Amino acid sequence: MSRLTDERVATAREIIGRFPRKKSALIPLLHLAQEQDGYVAQDAMVHIAELLELAPAEVYGTASFYEMFKFHPVGKYCINICTNISCQLVGAWNLLHHAEERLGIKSGGTTDDGMFTIEDVECIAACTEAPALQVNYRYRYKVTPESFDALITELESGKLTDEVPPHGTLASVRQTTTQAWSNRGVQEQAQVDAR
Amino acid sequence: MSVPTGPRIITSRFDVADGHTYAGYVRTGGYASLRKAVSSMTPQQVHDEVKAAEIQGRGGAGFPAGTKWGFLPAGVHPRYLVINGDESEPGTYKDRLLMERDPHQLIEGIVIACYALNAAQAFLYVRGEMAHAQERLAQALNDAYANNMVGKNICGSNFSVDITLTWGAGAYIVGEETALIESLEGERGMPRLKPPFFPAVKGLYMQPTIVNNVETLANVPYIVGRGGGDFKAIGAPTSTGMRMFAVSGHVNTPGVFEVPNGVTTFRMLFEAPEYCGGIRNGGSIKAFIPGGASAMWFFPEHLDMALDKPTVDKAGSMLGSGAIVAMDQTTDMVAACWRIVRFFARESCGKCTPCREGTTWLERVLKRILDGHGRPEDIDLLFEVSESISPGIAWPPRQTTICPLGPSAVSPIASAVRRFRHEFEHYIEHGRPIDGVESPFATHLASHA
Amino acid sequence: MTDTAAPKTTVSLTVDGRAVEAKPGELLITACEQSGSFVPHFCYHPRMSPVGMCRQCIVEVDGPRGKSLVVSCMTPVAEGQVVSTTSEPAKRAQEGVLELLLANHPLDCPVCDKGGECPLQDQAFSHGPGESRYVEEKRHYEKPIPISDLVFLDRERCILCDRCTRFAGEVAGDPLISFTSRGNNTQVMTFPDEPFSSYFSGNTVQICPVGALTASAYRFKARPWDLEQVESTCTSCSVGCRTVVQSSRDELVRYQGVDIESVNWGWLCDRGRFNFESVNSKNRVHAPLMRKDGALAETTWSNALDAAGRILRTVLNDKGPDAVGIIGGARGTNEDAFAWAKLADTLGIAARDAQLGDGLPAEVFALPQATIAETCASPTVILLAPDVKEELPVLYLRLRDAAEKRTTRIIEVSPYATGLSKYAWKSVRHDPGDQPRIVGELLATPEIAEQLSRGAVTVVMGRGNLAESPEFTLLATGAVLTAVPTARVLPVVRRGNVRGAVTAGMTPQRPDADTNAILSAAAAGKVECLVLVGADPVSDVPDADLVRRAFASVKHVIAVDTFITESARHAEVLLPASAYGEKVGTTTNCEGRVSDVAQKITTAGTARPDWMIAAELALELGGDLGISSFGELHDAMTTSVAAFVPAAEAKAVRREGVVVAHPTPVRITAAPRSAAPRLTHQFRLHVARVMYDRAVSTSESPSLAPLAREAAVHMNSVDAQRLGAREGADVRLAANGSAVVLPLKVDDAVSRGVVFVPFNQHGSDIRQLIRHDVPVTDVVVEVI
Ligand SMILES: Cc1cc2nc3c(=O)[nH]c(=O)nc-3n(C[C@H](O)[C@H](O)[C@H](O)COP(=O)(O)O)c2cc1C
Ligand code: SF4
Ligand code: FES
Repeated sequence: MSRLTDERVATAREIIGRFPRKKSALIPLLHLAQEQDGYVAQDAMVHIAELLELAPAEVYGTASFYEMFKFHPVGKYCINICTNISCQLVGAWNLLHHAEERLGIKSGGTTDDGMFTIEDVECIAACTEAPALQVNYRYRYKVTPESFDALITELESGKLTDEVPPHGTLASVRQTTTQAWSNRGVQEQAQVDAR
Repeated sequence: MSVPTGPRIITSRFDVADGHTYAGYVRTGGYASLRKAVSSMTPQQVHDEVKAAEIQGRGGAGFPAGTKWGFLPAGVHPRYLVINGDESEPGTYKDRLLMERDPHQLIEGIVIACYALNAAQAFLYVRGEMAHAQERLAQALNDAYANNMVGKNICGSNFSVDITLTWGAGAYIVGEETALIESLEGERGMPRLKPPFFPAVKGLYMQPTIVNNVETLANVPYIVGRGGGDFKAIGAPTSTGMRMFAVSGHVNTPGVFEVPNGVTTFRMLFEAPEYCGGIRNGGSIKAFIPGGASAMWFFPEHLDMALDKPTVDKAGSMLGSGAIVAMDQTTDMVAACWRIVRFFARESCGKCTPCREGTTWLERVLKRILDGHGRPEDIDLLFEVSESISPGIAWPPRQTTICPLGPSAVSPIASAVRRFRHEFEHYIEHGRPIDGVESPFATHLASHA
Repeated sequence: MTDTAAPKTTVSLTVDGRAVEAKPGELLITACEQSGSFVPHFCYHPRMSPVGMCRQCIVEVDGPRGKSLVVSCMTPVAEGQVVSTTSEPAKRAQEGVLELLLANHPLDCPVCDKGGECPLQDQAFSHGPGESRYVEEKRHYEKPIPISDLVFLDRERCILCDRCTRFAGEVAGDPLISFTSRGNNTQVMTFPDEPFSSYFSGNTVQICPVGALTASAYRFKARPWDLEQVESTCTSCSVGCRTVVQSSRDELVRYQGVDIESVNWGWLCDRGRFNFESVNSKNRVHAPLMRKDGALAETTWSNALDAAGRILRTVLNDKGPDAVGIIGGARGTNEDAFAWAKLADTLGIAARDAQLGDGLPAEVFALPQATIAETCASPTVILLAPDVKEELPVLYLRLRDAAEKRTTRIIEVSPYATGLSKYAWKSVRHDPGDQPRIVGELLATPEIAEQLSRGAVTVVMGRGNLAESPEFTLLATGAVLTAVPTARVLPVVRRGNVRGAVTAGMTPQRPDADTNAILSAAAAGKVECLVLVGADPVSDVPDADLVRRAFASVKHVIAVDTFITESARHAEVLLPASAYGEKVGTTTNCEGRVSDVAQKITTAGTARPDWMIAAELALELGGDLGISSFGELHDAMTTSVAAFVPAAEAKAVRREGVVVAHPTPVRITAAPRSAAPRLTHQFRLHVARVMYDRAVSTSESPSLAPLAREAAVHMNSVDAQRLGAREGADVRLAANGSAVVLPLKVDDAVSRGVVFVPFNQHGSDIRQLIRHDVPVTDVVVEVI
């Protein structure tokens, strides 16, 4: 859909400044784009390519390697149900099945109203709390069909707006410390010599 | 998550309500080790303590951190510390807790490590899906900068270091250290061949780079505060210190526990009431994975083996990332095997032909067996394809691939098919599991039919 | 080891039981192959950094830590290594990888362009397991999709070796294709709406180890077993890349790059690779043509030669030799040019020129010379040249490579940002005509002086701007040569064989006898007959007004050409010439390297090589050049032209060729001097060639013709804003009493105060504004 807003370009420049090489900021910038539109839009990739002095094909090449980046709109709430071994052992597939029935979509699909997407995902590091899921990367543990339904109701009613921002927003706190990156190697060497 | 009582090192603040804040951290003794290091120790002395502690890396390979730090070539700058917070090995759940519950402990460990390594910059790479960990770390970093624990002239010394927080976007392979470096450079997370690209010599931006796991570095403040000797006194002589285990699957009370290395056994973790309290429904264990999905499986006869690296290695598996998955007697071994192979097939970066093509092939064959379309020759085929990825099919693997991901997909096959061949044969013949075993997706498959 | 022991310069290892000496740092795969053990491989390519991706080249190495399987393409040789390429474990691994590579491969070899010359097919036979056990469904993708105007991609055939993608990023610097997605879904793709429009895209087709990438110009044209081939040298520009010319049923079907160390490393540009189509064009002149009732009509060779001879004899008899001017020679072989020079000598014609008023004085070849390899090995390269990427594309690849390896620093002085600017250590802009001053200033800065003291300095010099006198570049070069007396030049000249033609004698024999002078004399009625030898001054000479006046006044035009060009339209007699691939000979590239061009197909119709036409004309005119065969001609040339003596041995000019030096070195002594500054309301005009234009070899090649752009005037965004001109707006450019209207293109590659117009594109002709005797062209620009 769109290029990055001016405000996000400012954030982007700050992030770029934290790395010795521009391209290192690519993944953070793609997250910024996804936060803006809920997915990584084609124009946003072109814009990021400009900011990082890359070809758009390089941006897409990297972006498409990573599962979290979506290149088409997904639901406002992306519900990732873990089906990996620890969750499979305690009923993840039944949970996924229930979720599919409840929302009337298959894994990978999005509800017609654009509210929900379900995905069957790999281990999300909550194995002792299985079956587990994430909604927009916020955890829910030991999920039962009942608690899943309750979650959907809460999301629909807007009760969880604070806790679960729309798809694309990751951390709501950012690192704000700025760092200048010139001549680090020389500085380091000087510190070593001084000791 | 339940936390057992007893002496703990890195999880000691998990039940302090504000342990994750700067105030809470400092109140409970935080940053004292950093102050001590920069004010009264030389970098070499800090390095020596870590060496003396003999702490093995907690990321998977278990390589001694002190030795690894010694691989940095002298006089080559800039050099970097990269912190691996990509935790994605199925069954593994510990680094996330350390980042969410005690972010300052990690930051302190990072700054001390940079001091020892003479590095002025560190990159803290957190798994993309861990939004909360990213928030906690961002806040902690901002506070640590504000309090002069990171940044210029730390604690009034002439030592300065910056930590850049960054994160991934969903790719298990990025946990592999060279893939992590590629990802940090804005590339597709495809591993580099070692040699020639040993990170300690040619790592991030082809400069010397140390990659350490979150848990490894979280131990550093303790080691520097108490001395490497004290740390070494904990645990087993061949595996020092405490280590975190996530025990999941068919146990009564799954959880993450910090236990001394070596002194206990798998049985104790499963059965002791302060840990997992036995197998669910009073059942028995059929198999368990000792160190994450990549590891070869263990069986009831391994229950009394010590949680000690050399012992577990010798038995042909690994403690890996401290991820234990218990499977009781009702487990469908074909489905379990398939699920893990499917993971590796989905997560292969695609660089090496054997991994890219082979893991997918294995997954398809297993799926076909599960779907009732198996052929008798499929079992041999599984081994043949495995052999093309991991000649000899053993652990640690010989490999035709760049990194061990491809060979990891062979572990569940080698483990499950060798031990439970009859379950595979039964599926091939009858299209369903043996009696007494539950298919994990009975309802799911029905709906797809 | 004692102090006196000489350090060992080789590494000793054993390969398949044989003792092998290798260079330190060399890769195992190279050592194995040099020792005679072929290691199957796909991703490895000697001109690109290894990635170890396909895993096909696995061998077994017995080292200090026991036996292990390693990829030979990324493992360096080590002292005492014992390598087996065929041990059981190695063979098992190789077979395993092949079976896996074939698992998803469609095996549509019978309908695949690559079938018959496919490394995957060949290695499946020689190193494969025989039968596939893969019964699952294969990957499916949309069958070939165009990824550019010239290249199609079939992702089902792709084995993901990273060759094309590495080439694009690492060699060409055009990372427009990339791997996308991950794991088993990995595929090569462009960004949506952003095609792989690289000038070098054809190389990916050549290095693709399967039939995943195919070229539109070759698809389904031939099967490898029908192909005949011969090695040759490309003459599309003066880089002179080594090629293989392939034909099927006596028609050219493909050129492939040949890897020679001194020039092209195996690469070709797309123009050079695909313009074989023009040789096959239906519009070729197949028979002699003569003007009859105002139109050109077919005739016989004897009639045509008779007519041409009659014209020449009459003019020579009536007005003397100065009434004839011969233009051309640069599109043919050295021998062609030599024969024409000899004919001119016999007839006493001094006015002859292989350049078209768009080149450099011939003396540049007499300056101290550097080869391409020496240039790319120089710590400092000073670029006073046209955009090398547009005009000498493979030289661009070499210079880019040198800059990327950080072994060479490029200092560029140019009126706009060129393809090399982003790789240059310093890239300085100047107004046309001001290069000598800017170079002088640069030379005076301590930083540059320090850089110039770091070893060899090479000036890559050429005619960058067709709307500017060449003297400025010459003076700027002179300034460098004065400041750094050891500096050398690589003259980058326009057209394939300018250097050879000039060396062979197709160069003015008196100071005022070059193309501009010939045309001026024609316009003044002094030259009555123009002989055009593969030259099209009407399209190519920058001063269009001069050409118009010349062709309006001249009485007779005799043309030797492959097509009825704009100039040939004016001919009374048009003699059809053999084209590239239809004749043998030698050619000379910009560095003076003489190498052979080969005949592969029968010539079109009754066309003849230029040299033969010269010899026949000589006979018509009652003379005899004494040449009746190519062999005699080549011998005569290499004995009578001093510079060509080293090229005498036919063997010596194969493959890498021989570099011939100019026998009498010169120095530039004139003091640097710039043109007067432009008036503030004016812009200074910069006109230069780009890769694809309306030249016949492009416009007669159906694959390339659409790539020529519409003419436009490029202007910096600040200037455009100041003029209130938007992208696409029509602007009027006026200078020297003429005006043209062109659409505006906002382009920040152009510096302020300069307007850039690409040469010879579709649309209004910028040459209307250029005058050969006005050193710089200042234009008034208005939005209309
Ligand atoms: C496929 C693969 C995945 C890995 N994933 C992780 C991971 O998620 N986290 C981690 O710390 N180490 C992971 N590792 C191990 C790292 O490569 C590296 O050894 C480790 O981060 C080094 O830290 P340590 O020495 O402190 O253990 C992985 C290795 C492989 C081969
Ligand atoms: S083994 Fe698999 S994951 Fe590892 S580098 Fe090769 S393809 Fe990638
Ligand atoms: S040629 Fe060595 S891995 Fe491909």
